[in-house]
Amino acid sequence: MATLTEAPPPLSPTAPATKPPRKRGRLTPYWLLLPGLLWLVVFFALPMIYQASTSVQTGSLEQGYKVTWHLATYWDALGAYWPQFLRSVLYAGAATVLCLVLGYPLAYLIAFRAGRWRNLIMILVIAPFFTSFLIRTLAWKTILADGGPVVGALNTLHVLDVTSWLGWTAGDRVLATPLAVVCGLTYNFLPFMILPLYSSLERIDGRLHEAAGDLYARPSTVFRKVTFPLSMPGVVSGTLLTFIPASGDYVNAELLGSTDTRMIGNVIQTQFLRVLDYPTAAALSFILMAAILFMVTFYIRRSGTEDLV
Amino acid sequence: MPFVNWLKRHFVVIAGLLTLAYLLLPNVVVTVFSFNKPKGRFNYEWQQFSTDAWKDPCGVAGMCGSLSLSLQIAVWATLGATLLGTMIAFALVRYRFRARGAVNSLIFLPMAMPEVVMAASLLTLFLNLGGQLGFWTILIAHIMFCLSFVVTAVKARVMSMDPRLEQAAQDLYAGPAQTFLRVTLPIAAPGIAAGALLAFALSFDDFIITNFNAGSTVTFPMFVWGSAQRGTPVQINVIGTAMFLVAVALVLTSMVIGNRRNKQKA
Repeated sequence: MATLTEAPPPLSPTAPATKPPRKRGRLTPYWLLLPGLLWLVVFFALPMIYQASTSVQTGSLEQGYKVTWHLATYWDALGAYWPQFLRSVLYAGAATVLCLVLGYPLAYLIAFRAGRWRNLIMILVIAPFFTSFLIRTLAWKTILADGGPVVGALNTLHVLDVTSWLGWTAGDRVLATPLAVVCGLTYNFLPFMILPLYSSLERIDGRLHEAAGDLYARPSTVFRKVTFPLSMPGVVSGTLLTFIPASGDYVNAELLGSTDTRMIGNVIQTQFLRVLDYPTAAALSFILMAAILFMVTFYIRRSGTEDLV
Repeated sequence: MPFVNWLKRHFVVIAGLLTLAYLLLPNVVVTVFSFNKPKGRFNYEWQQFSTDAWKDPCGVAGMCGSLSLSLQIAVWATLGATLLGTMIAFALVRYRFRARGAVNSLIFLPMAMPEVVMAASLLTLFLNLGGQLGFWTILIAHIMFCLSFVVTAVKARVMSMDPRLEQAAQDLYAGPAQTFLRVTLPIAAPGIAAGALLAFALSFDDFIITNFNAGSTVTFPMFVWGSAQRGTPVQINVIGTAMFLVAVALVLTSMVIGNRRNKQKA
């Protein structure tokens, strides 16, 4: 008993630390990780397992659901909703490309040309984050309204004739067409493109541009051979950060689109919250997840930036 | 062709500013329409200038209640996610341990998952457990998806910290607690603050995950969503404008303070 209550030898400042508290130190990372990881396991990983089991259940709301390994739900869901899947990929892809095209000049401007305006522009890019994105998306209803100036201008320039012929708009309208949904998606996820682009552009040494110029490279060549390749990490993470949320989004398609522009997110939402067909909804969201993980892995391999993650 | 040359030279600036205009156009519209006096239930068409909505921002049934609920959830979610996330970030940067790769992927995955998938799977969990949907399920969900973003933000800061500063503190006889509170925490603070700010913005603005897991509880984004179907009161635009102004003012003051500190140091 005496050994347990024995006081530790008094630490003297001059004594070398012969026995550091290694035992407690080795466990420290696990204690630090435990609460947060437990949260993620219980409320992120475990729900995925529940969802997997829900997707192979049959039954009804009244009689309850049972796991019957009814894999046909997956085929039925794919067969019934492949247009919405396709549309999600197309819309999200179009929005991602637009975000890259629109976001690159702005990111470049902030990184190299803004000078003392840099902080102000940065604030203006980030501040909309703090205004409800739903309110801002609703504002697009006003901007793209049928009799509004935007639609009027597009009509005068005969742009709507071309886009209607392509099937992007319908007649004199922009609202409730694919164009409106893609416009909303692009707008909503543009900051997610600009910020990673900016942070990778900012790291580029400006002297590289001067060196390229000294070697008689024209500005377009400098961009093609120096700036753009060096900004690839930003391009890759920016496109991922826009494509993934855009493909699962249902807010833009609901507020700015019509029944003809429904994306897979809209279907999952309706099945889960209105139809209450849980197995189909679970199967759909599993297919979406698998498709995205597959595409992302393929994309990261192709772009050669595997160290990104 | 002087004009074409000018255009060529300033192409990046012009294109960048056009994108900025695209980004800010909805905010301008929201602000302008907060001074509108709409005729019907919807506030989509300009009718007449009026400051009624600004004088009576809470004049719509349920709106300010949902706003305060969203604020409460955002504050608790920020506290929870920041605490848990900071702990994880320190463990990941400062310690070598087994299963580090697995932990990293578990933290990366929620950010690489469409929100609707997380929302739906969390709902199946809650339905299976038979819990009551509401404040607590929203809070649980928000802490879950904010966590990864906090970890990423704090990790970036802690990684650039010089561990020798802590060794120096210990050489000067600071205890572990003292070292942490007086040296480690102040240096990591900007990263933690960035993570907390991000968590607050994400939680306050979240709609998709909340919509699935809120039951009949109405947060502010859900109120806006509902009003898009039933009729949008002008007050929504007032809140939107105020949020934008508050955000800009906060960032500006923090920058002014930062500048002043830098000058004092110099």
